[in-house]
Amino acid sequence: MKTFQYLTTAAAIAIASSLAAQETPKSGGTLNAVIQPEPPGLMLGLIQNGPTQMVAGQIYESLLRYDKNLDPMPSLAKEWTKSEDGLTYTFTLQDDVVWHDGAPFTSADVVFSVDVFLRETHARLRASLVHVESIEAPDDKTVVFTLKQPFGPFLGIFEAGTMPMIPKHIYEGTDYANNPANNTPIGTGPFKFEQWERGSYIHLVKNEDYYMEGKPYLDEIYYQVIPDAASRSVAFETGQVDLLPGGSVENFDIPRLTAMDNVCFTNDGWEFFGPHSWMWMNMHEGPMMDKNLRKAVMHAMDREFARDALWNGNGTVAKGPVSSVTRFHEPNTPDISFDPEKAREYLAQSDYDGETLQILPLPYGETWQRWAEAVRQNLSEVGINSELVATDVAGWNQRTGDWDFDLAFTYLYQYGDPALGVARTYVSSNIAKGSPWNNVSGYVNDEVDSLFAEAAVQASDEARQELYTEVQNIVVDDVPVAWMLELQFPTIYRCDLKNPVSTAIGVNDGMRDAWLDRE
Amino acid sequence: MLGFIAARLVKAVFILLAILVLNFVLIHAAPGDPAAVMAGEAGAADEKFLQDLRERFGLDQPFTVQLWNYMKGAIQLDLGFSYRQQMPVAELIWDRLPATLLLTATAFVISIVIGVAAGVLAAQTQGTWWDTLISSLALLFYATPLFWVALMASLLFSVVLGWLPGFGYQTIGANYTGIDRVLDIGKHLILPATTLGLFFTAIYMRMTRASMLEVSRLDFVKTARAKGLRNSVIQRRHVLRNALLPVITLAGLQAGQIVGGAVLTETVFAWPGIGRLMFEAISQRDYNVILGVFFISAAMVLLFNLITDILYGIVDPRIRLTK
Repeated sequence: MKTFQYLTTAAAIAIASSLAAQETPKSGGTLNAVIQPEPPGLMLGLIQNGPTQMVAGQIYESLLRYDKNLDPMPSLAKEWTKSEDGLTYTFTLQDDVVWHDGAPFTSADVVFSVDVFLRETHARLRASLVHVESIEAPDDKTVVFTLKQPFGPFLGIFEAGTMPMIPKHIYEGTDYANNPANNTPIGTGPFKFEQWERGSYIHLVKNEDYYMEGKPYLDEIYYQVIPDAASRSVAFETGQVDLLPGGSVENFDIPRLTAMDNVCFTNDGWEFFGPHSWMWMNMHEGPMMDKNLRKAVMHAMDREFARDALWNGNGTVAKGPVSSVTRFHEPNTPDISFDPEKAREYLAQSDYDGETLQILPLPYGETWQRWAEAVRQNLSEVGINSELVATDVAGWNQRTGDWDFDLAFTYLYQYGDPALGVARTYVSSNIAKGSPWNNVSGYVNDEVDSLFAEAAVQASDEARQELYTEVQNIVVDDVPVAWMLELQFPTIYRCDLKNPVSTAIGVNDGMRDAWLDRE
Repeated sequence: MLGFIAARLVKAVFILLAILVLNFVLIHAAPGDPAAVMAGEAGAADEKFLQDLRERFGLDQPFTVQLWNYMKGAIQLDLGFSYRQQMPVAELIWDRLPATLLLTATAFVISIVIGVAAGVLAAQTQGTWWDTLISSLALLFYATPLFWVALMASLLFSVVLGWLPGFGYQTIGANYTGIDRVLDIGKHLILPATTLGLFFTAIYMRMTRASMLEVSRLDFVKTARAKGLRNSVIQRRHVLRNALLPVITLAGLQAGQIVGGAVLTETVFAWPGIGRLMFEAISQRDYNVILGVFFISAAMVLLFNLITDILYGIVDPRIRLTK
């Protein structure tokens, strides 16, 4: 007989309620937020880009939410249990949940969403679902996931952008991509889709039938599309918008905006994503195949300077492949700090003969361009020649995917667990030309492959920590990429907007609990 | 005249087809795969995801097949489907057209009215401080980069003075109707339309002034003076009418751009028009949208060139279009 282990985190609930108790939320009001770029669509099961998640995260929900320590909290599932052998997870759904069109939300919707719809459409979730043997609904309120083998990060894949619940009664048996309902998304979330004036704004209104009494507090939200970063700053300064999600404005505008009266900001709300930046080092061919040169590059970079000068001090200097906000981070990996002397020593031991390295900056705005220039200067100071190659986003994708670079900036999300967002960058089975999101460097280390594989399927966290510590030490010593910063993207908002960030995905699902302290 | 127009129209169709083919080839020659851009926005992608996207949009077909399919559609005025916006291109362009027409047509009117009037004034007051002021302003407007003017205008009139809204084309959430809506849009239109109009205003000023001065020195004007005509009649009937020919040429060129939108102005002021649609489509390699906008713009340039030629004949009877 299986022994069930109760996982609902009382601590998280206690923290949430104590925060809520500090001030009594007021109902009503209109929130104006910035959205950029304009999302291609709002059907979260089909499209998972950043802006879509930010808007559709208020329309769609999943079974769980996550606090800032990445511990699961109830969402559409009110409680959940895990069997002792780590193979069976049983979720009990909330009562009285209805879709925005009034149909009841049941366990059949969960089975359809995960086993049928998302298995077909969601590339990132599909990679995790290979561990799932079956998904069953013994009754309307219960869903049972049975795994083929234990999968450590399993409870971390129930976030809205990863596993949004899709209405079975609307999508079953249809051509998902061309279903007309994609234009008027139907979810269970706290806000309902009202109108989208393309190029201008997206309008969401309060879901009056939301299953949580009294929530959401806001009456409506306008997501305004403002394509130019300077104009987004102006929109905030002139009071036309109240919320700038992380990354909305250029870094050099942040100190000016946050110094304004009645303006607050927070770096929280990115814990689930853990955006981690690095430079790919091309190990398929060319000078970066030389480990000593890779180490020289690593030690040549003054990352503290980049953080302070280019990112306004926001961010943490990365110590290796796993971000400090991601589970199983190992803080005592081999030293990769800024040390020009050491860089010169490694350079002397390398076969580098003065060739010019091609650096591909990330074409995401001014900060990234300046960062590449700073790296180029750092490299030249220790005797490494380099030049910047200008591209736009499409060109960057192509050159990176085709391994046409020596060093290429990037950043990727870690999704809270090394098995979900870290291993993909370093395992050799994930080397394939044509994609800029796999093991682009071309790093091959059999030991690393087997450690990552083993760590993912351990039932206990202790066993996983041991294996991840080992693999982090090996990878840092091999330097297959040049780690830069654990990025932080401050969310800037008027101080009378309360509680816009209350989970590990921040404003993506935060509007459920946000409220305006205005008359 | 009719024969001339028919011949020009037939020629225009062939030019349009050539433009379509050329645009198609050029865009596909640029590095970047639309499926990879879309997958990149999703944050992760496996081979199946990329393959599904390519199949869905026909990107896995050989280049010639893609070109043939596109041309077949374009001839029937089917501009294809936008990969990223998940909508038919014609619908997207149609949605954005009113905003663009409003902005560019207003800028067109502003630049012609102010530009020609100031040019005439400068010519008539040649050598005075009026002339110097107008010529200096023209030079300033001509030389200043548009994006800088746009940002400064936004900063001054929106942030510092708070007189005008700095972005968008309506107050979002206000749900105005009737005259209030017209006034609201008008208020939002002032900054972008003026900014966009400045460059052409400068050109019209300089061109009208130079042309007026040139015509004033011609013999028929001297004859008119010798006949004892009033100066205002000479200026209006003899000088201005003849001086307008180059201005019409320029107006034809500017009018051709009206439908293409204004990339910089629309981006800085978050004006939901076609220029911005094209700018975003280029960065996302949304081929069909780019081609669709180019197609419409090219058609408009051809159309306005034709109109300009016809106008020449009306303004200057010496130019005959019947041959």
